[in-house]
Amino acid sequence: MFRFLRRKIRETEEAIEKEAESEVKEKKGVLGIGEKKLDELLWQLEMALLESDVALEVVEEIKREVKKNLLGMSRKEAKEAVERALKEAISNILKQSEGDFFSQVEKAEKPYVIMFVGVNGSGKTTAIAKLAHMLKKKGYSCVIAAGDTFRAGAIEQLERHAKNLDIKLIKHDFGADPAAVAYDAIEHAKARHKDFVLIDTAGRMQTNINLMEEMRKIKRVANPDMIIFVGDALTGNDAIEQARRFNEVVGIDGVILTKVDTDAKGGAALSIAYAIKKPLYFIGVGQDYDDQIPFRADWMMERIFGED
Amino acid sequence: MLKNFGDALKSAFRKIANAPFIDKSLIKEVVRDIQRALIAGDVNVKLVLEVSKRIERRALEEKPLPGMSNREHVLRILHEELASILGKGRELPLKKQRIMMVGLYGQGKTTTCGKLAKLFQKKGMKVALIAGDVHRPAAYEQLKQIAESINVPVYGGGKTAEKTVKEGLEKFSKYDVIIIDTAGRHALEDDLIKEMKNVAKIANPDEKILVIDASVGQQAGKQAKAFNDAIGITGVILTKMDGTAKGGGALSAVAETGAPIVYIGVGEHMEDLEKFDATRFLSRLLGMGDLQSLLEKAEEAAKGKEKKVEEAAKKMLSGRFTLLDMYEQMELLSGMGPFQKLADLLPLGGKLRDEDVQATQERLKKFRVIMDSMTRKELENPAIIKSSHIKRIARGAGVETRDVKELIKYYNTSKKMMKSLSNKRMQRKLMKQLGMKI
Ligand SMILES: Nc1nc2c(ncn2[C@@H]2O[C@H](COP(=O)(O)OP(=O)(O)OP(=O)(O)O)[C@@H](O)[C@H]2O)c(=O)[nH]1
Ligand SMILES: Nc1nc2c(ncn2[C@@H]2O[C@H](COP(=O)(O)OP(=O)(O)OP(=O)(O)O)[C@@H](O)[C@H]2O)c(=O)[nH]1
Ligand SMILES: [Mg+2]
Ligand SMILES: [Mg+2]
Repeated sequence: MFRFLRRKIRETEEAIEKEAESEVKEKKGVLGIGEKKLDELLWQLEMALLESDVALEVVEEIKREVKKNLLGMSRKEAKEAVERALKEAISNILKQSEGDFFSQVEKAEKPYVIMFVGVNGSGKTTAIAKLAHMLKKKGYSCVIAAGDTFRAGAIEQLERHAKNLDIKLIKHDFGADPAAVAYDAIEHAKARHKDFVLIDTAGRMQTNINLMEEMRKIKRVANPDMIIFVGDALTGNDAIEQARRFNEVVGIDGVILTKVDTDAKGGAALSIAYAIKKPLYFIGVGQDYDDQIPFRADWMMERIFGED
Repeated sequence: MLKNFGDALKSAFRKIANAPFIDKSLIKEVVRDIQRALIAGDVNVKLVLEVSKRIERRALEEKPLPGMSNREHVLRILHEELASILGKGRELPLKKQRIMMVGLYGQGKTTTCGKLAKLFQKKGMKVALIAGDVHRPAAYEQLKQIAESINVPVYGGGKTAEKTVKEGLEKFSKYDVIIIDTAGRHALEDDLIKEMKNVAKIANPDEKILVIDASVGQQAGKQAKAFNDAIGITGVILTKMDGTAKGGGALSAVAETGAPIVYIGVGEHMEDLEKFDATRFLSRLLGMGDLQSLLEKAEEAAKGKEKKVEEAAKKMLSGRFTLLDMYEQMELLSGMGPFQKLADLLPLGGKLRDEDVQATQERLKKFRVIMDSMTRKELENPAIIKSSHIKRIARGAGVETRDVKELIKYYNTSKKMMKSLSNKRMQRKLMKQLGMKI
């Protein structure tokens, strides 16, 4: 566990020790480690975070926290505190991210309506198929609403998934009003006593005012119990901006992070958690329907610091 | 009292090396800002460190163009460095060709197939599409609908990518441009990388385009390298530039593959494809709208100075030498570039000692003030300045009369120096050095 972190921390500790020795004289023990020195010393850890796609803003926040903890410590204290301080700073950010999706939805009134939103190509449609599969395995019934009536082949994509999984799909024609599709799906679920309604929506850039407005309208009509933001693990610094804007416009209740099976370290998980402080329910780890698993904070730590 | 002209001139020359002053700590600060901007813009962290080290070194070694602040000086170098990574821009040629689109999942390959098809179609070429993605649910339907919307034929629906592409190529052998869509994949998927290689072998495409989403972070370079290693990338298309992402990943991808960015995608519609403009891209990446105007300023400064130097040299050789000329020359000496060549040729040029730099600057400042209270006539023909003039000038400038006399004496010495340049051999040498026509 944490091999990489350990090594980096060891390097950092050694550096701290060296510096501390020379500084002790200067500061006469009042300040073990000065701020400027600490900055230099924490550089290694900073790099590891940045290279894991944790947004710069978040890295700086983590650094601030770690520094706050280490500043003024004696070199012996600092040595023991680096690892703890770092873990603490990160888990502080991820604290709100661990949430159990099923305990959230199982007791709730049915049909339970979930709307999926996110930027273009992040993996919304695939995440819906995977979640439907998951719910079905648990014995729940689902309806999917083909709310992306804009993108070429979007309805057919969901049709294929619905057929593979043997799940009911409600669709209108290409170009139809997505809110109307969502409404019909919910009506269908009520009439047939289905447990879950999963509403797909078209991908959109958070900068596109019209499309963001359209998304708000779908929400108004569907009145979903939960809105899930689907983010892509390959995303770098923009993850913060995406999550913030979507959260501002419709309010995000939970997150799914996709494409974690690519080599991406998925620092976006940290960025999103930092930006909106909402639970990250699942991560997508491949193309198969089973490739969606619950998120764990220590998994994230391991991913950033565990590997070389 | 007036030091001899040689020393003074040497001191002025000395300024070449020092001014406009490069403030080390300021440069470090600007470089740090740049680092932050690049990292926040998703450029590969190691690449950022490399580039910023290079920028810092150059910024300290090279002299700023006159009129450019330290910040502008660094930014100009930054632009040069990044532009050299981006390389010479390129558009896809208008010729008969096969284009294969590859990339990670959901980057915009299929959509961009349609955009490119439309682009070539508008230029009057016969275009066809092949749906080489047999994995993603309804990938063929997606491409088919795109093709229908722009009136371009499409082939697809085969069992394997290899078979589909082979058949498609046969079917469309008479078409000018054939664009092949492929499935999304990533570096670690050996079977899919193999499939891509197979398709590349079968299709033997002229262009292998890596499609990359502007929001992709640190993975961009790594993944691009894997695609490049597998099939050799010839161009990059950067999509979703209509969002807020800066697209720094594309810079890493270009650095890894050596393939230039050929277009950018700026929306979901078929016409949302634009030519790539390196300066605009860098402005956005760095979050600086003023990069373009900065570069123009730098160019102007460089051009303007060259012209001024040439003018000064011509004047000097004509034997005409006014107080204004003297002042202009002293100012010019604080610049760099072509004038340095001139400096080397002056009798008193060459190696200079460190002394008197400060004194000369002070002197220049004082001269400026004095000259400001002279009349145009006096400036152009200092010989007419009599002692009554000197009193008036001194009062106007708020200096002692001896200061005005010092200026005049300085001028007279300078003029004598300049005369020594007027022998023919010297002139020839000088003009040749300056690249002027003889
Ligand atoms: N490797 C991998 N690929 C994924 C994952 N999730 C989605 N994808 C792929 O990403 C691509 C885009 O997924 P979609 O589900 O169509 O994305 P979307 O957000 O619905 O896209 P739009 O509706 O066009 O905005 C597809 O090729 C998916 O197979 C994942 O967890 N891992
Ligand atoms: N806003 C915006 N969206 C784009 C752009 N290019 C593509 N898209 C959208 O991005 C999403 C993914 O595009 P696709 O063309 O399906 O991507 P792909 O690379 O073929 O995806 P896979 O085949 O699943 O790997 C779709 O919603 C597109 O409409 C662009 O330049 N701007
Ligand atoms: Mg979709
Ligand atoms: Mg595709």
